Amino acid sequence: MKKLKKADYIKMYSYMLKIRRFEERAAQLYGMGKIGGFCHLYIGQEAVVVGILMTIDKNDSVVTTYRDHGHMIARGLDPKRIMAELTGRADGYSAGKGGSMHMFSKENNFYGGHGIVGAQVPIGTGIAFTHKYNKQKNICRTYIGDGAMNNGQVFEAFNLAALWKLPVLYIIENNKYGMGTSVDRAAAGPDLYKRGEAFGIPGEKVDGMNVFKVIEAADRAGKYVREGNGPYIIEVQTYRYRGHSMSDPAKYRTKEELENYKETDPIEIVKSEMLKKKFATEKEIQKINIETLEEIKNAAEFATNSSFPKDSELYTDVYL
Amino acid sequence: MSTEILMPALSPTMTEGNLSKWLIKKGDTVKAGDLIAEIETDKATMEVEAVDEGVVLDLLFKEGEVNIPVNKAIAIIGDPNEKVEVKKEVIIEKVIEEKKIEKIEKKIETKKDDIIVTQSPKIEEDSNLSSKEITMRQALRDTMAEEMRKDNKVFILGEEVAEYQGAYKVTQGLLEEFGKERVLDTPISEHGFTGLAVGAAFKGLKPILEFMTFNFSMQAIDQIINSAAKTLYMSGGQINCPIVFRGPNGAASQVAAQHSQDFSSWYSQVPGLKVIAPSTPYNAKGLLRSAISDPNPVIFLENEILYGLKGSVNNDVNFSIPIGKANIEKEGKDLTIVTYSIMLQKSKEAALRLKDEYNLDAEIIDLQTLRPLDTETVINSVKKTNRLITVEESWPFGSVGSEITNIVQRDAFDYLDSPVLKVNSADVPMPYSQSLEKLYLPQVDDIIDAAKKVSYIK
Repeated sequence: MKKLKKADYIKMYSYMLKIRRFEERAAQLYGMGKIGGFCHLYIGQEAVVVGILMTIDKNDSVVTTYRDHGHMIARGLDPKRIMAELTGRADGYSAGKGGSMHMFSKENNFYGGHGIVGAQVPIGTGIAFTHKYNKQKNICRTYIGDGAMNNGQVFEAFNLAALWKLPVLYIIENNKYGMGTSVDRAAAGPDLYKRGEAFGIPGEKVDGMNVFKVIEAADRAGKYVREGNGPYIIEVQTYRYRGHSMSDPAKYRTKEELENYKETDPIEIVKSEMLKKKFATEKEIQKINIETLEEIKNAAEFATNSSFPKDSELYTDVYL
Repeated sequence: MSTEILMPALSPTMTEGNLSKWLIKKGDTVKAGDLIAEIETDKATMEVEAVDEGVVLDLLFKEGEVNIPVNKAIAIIGDPNEKVEVKKEVIIEKVIEEKKIEKIEKKIETKKDDIIVTQSPKIEEDSNLSSKEITMRQALRDTMAEEMRKDNKVFILGEEVAEYQGAYKVTQGLLEEFGKERVLDTPISEHGFTGLAVGAAFKGLKPILEFMTFNFSMQAIDQIINSAAKTLYMSGGQINCPIVFRGPNGAASQVAAQHSQDFSSWYSQVPGLKVIAPSTPYNAKGLLRSAISDPNPVIFLENEILYGLKGSVNNDVNFSIPIGKANIEKEGKDLTIVTYSIMLQKSKEAALRLKDEYNLDAEIIDLQTLRPLDTETVINSVKKTNRLITVEESWPFGSVGSEITNIVQRDAFDYLDSPVLKVNSADVPMPYSQSLEKLYLPQVDDIIDAAKKVSYIK
């Protein structure tokens, strides 16, 4: 693994902060009725997607769940246009027709944003199939929530991926709860990363609150997959600070549990490392903070001023 | 600078909230992320966090106040040293705010208009009618509880039905009363737990399977069609499947293409299934009881937006409405509107306007059951009015209205004075954006347009 430099630290910190500020602003816009429907926030899980980002090739593909805002930001997509999708406007990544859960950017190899639990797993496997078919060295990163790990199609996809040695990296974001049901009340056996063993898929468990550990694992796993060895599973132990969606009061967990996780806040970990290594001063960090806040404020403004889709758009995009 | 804290929208369908508890008081300093209040929404009680920082200058509502519209200011925070200046700003902001609230209140009013409850004559004739109105949500829960008390073969399973009390709170309190042997939380594995429930029904239990929404029944469709619906036939009548598949179906509010769609005509196409779509707390109660008692697989299509609809019910624990019977919701002589589920409410609103604006007296038939279809009631009505429109939320191709059109042209061709017209959702996936969503769904104006067309009114 290559050594992380100052620029890498700045990149990690900036992206994680951008995701958090974006989600906080999204929550506020939801409360004001500017965003409707379901809205699933990524606050607390930032180290997962940003850790993976640090090892990614831009021609690699990504497919994820409906908790996708942070994934899009990490993919380098424009927060303005992500927020505009959340507010249902014409400038959104899906032209206002997909919303929070269904966002895509083909030119950036971002294949969604999927609303149905588990559905993205065979799809990601198929995208990996295409990379192999086209003899590309790229891989498909397929994110899976812990809740989906009890869904049958996931195992059908595992079998196919192993059988055909497909370049797919499965990343299980284990945030402890599938909606209101804790993992131990939904999954028999504690180790989700071992669920590929029967198919010969190697797996490992990683601390997802610590971005450096995520990078290490992602680097190792990414190399394995890219070298044509077939699929690999990383189970990232993470935590969402908010409820499952905006309307979930999260009464199924204790406040102490939440507070404990906040003590290992992923953004604070990066920040203190940066300071310790003297890669940034408090003042420089403050500057990033202000710039990020400003960028997200602008995104919200853009998203609330962008126009709604034209009425005629109702009938477009049904067929090519 | 002072900032108003507004009543937040905390769920896709929330239009107003109750202030359960203040967690701050005047003079407190709050910062972003601090908990400030507990708000009761249409689904749950939620804690609300502050987004801005400052000193609490005023709390505008007392604890316990109810039905506070979304976006109405509930508290003011700011810098106490700028208090004088602040007041001025508050006044200006208030004016803007009041205008905003006016708008919102108007919006809420229109929403309420969408769901007018006028009792059908049949309900009024019911001598067991409760004096207290209850919601559709309560009616469904009460009926399940009543049937579970009567018969311990009845059990319920699904995602979040037990400890979470139901994603839409329809199973609230069932775990406490019946315990975890009879109220089971499942993993997110529809194909698996649907197959398991079908197996249990083959072996003699009577499962009530809740799909968090019918969108997720697509994950389990093989077990519903190929196992539940067909096994009685394939076993030469040996093995029946007494199961109820229930949950919300159709459009909710801005949850987009994968979570907002109507499967009523899909399921109605399948021999072996019975399909029910209630429209009021009253018929939800009577029909769900029939569904649970029925020896066949029943698809019971609820509607999320109707869960909060209030109405009187029959409190007799044996009261039921037969499967396969439509209800003449309103008698009329000039044209027939055949509808079901949430579109009943829009059809009723359209009928009022048709009378007022065009002097047309519409008869409204609420199908209640989609399969088997009560063709007799429809045909008799068409023989009387000679004009027919169908109103439903499903896509137009092969919809319930398509089948009704076929039956009417076959059995009452000579009675028709104009072609039958269908009112459906747009023939596209459901868009997310609120502006397009409204265009997608059938609206009162669409019903009026169709009624005018079949009546040859320009």
